[in-house]
Amino acid sequence: MDLDHQTVVGLAKSWGLIYLLVLAVGVLAYTFWPKNKKRFDRAKESILDKDDKPWN
Amino acid sequence: MIAGLTKGERQLSLAVLTVLALCGLAFAAIGHDDPIGTHGFIILLVAIGLACVVIAGYYAPEPDKEQLSRYYDDPTRAGIVLAMAWAVFGLFFGVWVAALLAWPELTFDAAWSSFGRIRPVHTTGVIFGFGGNALIATSLHVLQRTTRARLPDQFSPWFVLIGYNLFCVLAVSGYFMGLTQSKEYAEAEWYADIWLVIVWVVYFLIYIRTLQRRKEPHIYVANWYYMAFILVVAILHIVNNLAVPVSFGHAKSYSLFSGVQDAMTQWWYGHNAVAFFLTAGFLGMMYYYLPKRAGRPIFSYRLSIISFWGIVFMYMWAGSHHLHYTALPQWVQTLGMTFSVILLVPSWASAGNALATLNGAWGKVRDDATLRFMMVAAVFYGLSTFEGSFMAIRAVNSLSHYTDWTIGHVHAGALGWVAMISFGSIYALVPWMWKRERMYSSKLIEVHFWLALAGTVVYVFSMWNSGIIQGLMWRTYNESGTLAYSFVDSLVAMHPYYIARTFGGLLFLLGALVGCYNIWMTIRQAGGRVVLQGPDVDEPALAPIALQAGE
Repeated sequence: MDLDHQTVVGLAKSWGLIYLLVLAVGVLAYTFWPKNKKRFDRAKESILDKDDKPWN
Repeated sequence: MIAGLTKGERQLSLAVLTVLALCGLAFAAIGHDDPIGTHGFIILLVAIGLACVVIAGYYAPEPDKEQLSRYYDDPTRAGIVLAMAWAVFGLFFGVWVAALLAWPELTFDAAWSSFGRIRPVHTTGVIFGFGGNALIATSLHVLQRTTRARLPDQFSPWFVLIGYNLFCVLAVSGYFMGLTQSKEYAEAEWYADIWLVIVWVVYFLIYIRTLQRRKEPHIYVANWYYMAFILVVAILHIVNNLAVPVSFGHAKSYSLFSGVQDAMTQWWYGHNAVAFFLTAGFLGMMYYYLPKRAGRPIFSYRLSIISFWGIVFMYMWAGSHHLHYTALPQWVQTLGMTFSVILLVPSWASAGNALATLNGAWGKVRDDATLRFMMVAAVFYGLSTFEGSFMAIRAVNSLSHYTDWTIGHVHAGALGWVAMISFGSIYALVPWMWKRERMYSSKLIEVHFWLALAGTVVYVFSMWNSGIIQGLMWRTYNESGTLAYSFVDSLVAMHPYYIARTFGGLLFLLGALVGCYNIWMTIRQAGGRVVLQGPDVDEPALAPIALQAGE
């Protein structure tokens, strides 16, 4: 197969589009998955701890 | 420094330094008439000097178990000092190179001080010297604090920090000798580039190894940004610098790419250097130090995740907007333009997230110049990303490209965003790192803040004026259809703005000098390390450890 302009455009319009959309849906699903909310809330609060030693 | 290394690590350091010295010696021997010979001597001297330091501390007692159970911050402290030193160096050359445009005789008839040589000295000094050291120093701090784990070993962070600075020295000294690949922001030659790849892989491995050891199951978003920065910069650096040296004893090399492929590769690199070096890394800094300093969690953690993936995926495609109206196919230009415009969404999501975090803490912003540095950085981040999306549109670009508007835009980002967030983070970090209650003088932070802000505003406004005048003069035609102004006419019109820009840069340099003095005095502050329990500081490492029951 010749990797010419048409081929690249074809790939961009098919697989390129699919992977970008799948990725976007994946990221949004991960972000808004109800089960993850607790983890995110804890993550943003936990950096404010005054504790300055590694956990064992 | 050496006392923190274990016996094995001291031996490893000596072994690595021996190999480095031998490489330097080989370069010095085979490249005697070539700049690579001079670089060989520099490498040799650095390796011998460092070996002396290791040998001098070789018999110092090894770090005990207690010390190894704490966070390892020596490289962060050294990185902060190096970042400030590079800031002064890079900004000084920035002021000089700006002055050269207003008063060309300031080269003093020397080859090394010509515009084409000290301009990359300035860009490398500020971006890689100042920005890079600030990123390495803060990333090692943030990584440990957010994973609740100590760095995996003591040798590799030093290897990264010192190796990276050696790369910067090789790059800058090469430019003074007239050595360049002629690729913007990637001017350093092949052997320096190979060295940087080695250093960078070790840097990435530190991240991966620490994450493997993490005690906190969730990886905080700042680390995602830092990791995107490290990983993508490695890819960009390797691809754009693919080249074949003339010979192994010769500093010059030939790029793998030519013509429009070379231009596209260069600007894929160049724009993503802005995206991942100057944006992603510093966003990592912002997502940790801004909430920490404000004492408030980030406004929306979810938004920070969405904007992370948005920035990572959109930026990759934006580089071709640097090549509007060139031999690059039209559709590639349009692709770059479209992604640049869409990029505004995740960029403003980050800027807005930062400002919304401060909503409700404006009193703190008013009183605390450190937090104000970070707030202004977020504002400039929003401004320059808006401007960038706008300038990427082909019609706007036809006016702005090749003019000083571009320079103004870059500096709104570099001074207003990158430098301000770095200074803010460094001011927050220095008292934590040296276990001081606060910075030596909050008044001097205030002075630095206003010098930096005034310098940025003067600089950016003069370049906006200059650039738009320049762009308009270049496209003005008279009745007979020829250009109304010669190039020299536009140069004369720009002269006052060049003087104003030099003054703006000078203010920014003065601010950085004030900052250096303040940091130095904080480190030297009398009383040594004090035990603190204040509300705004991390618990110090030397705080008395509670006795276990039964002891």
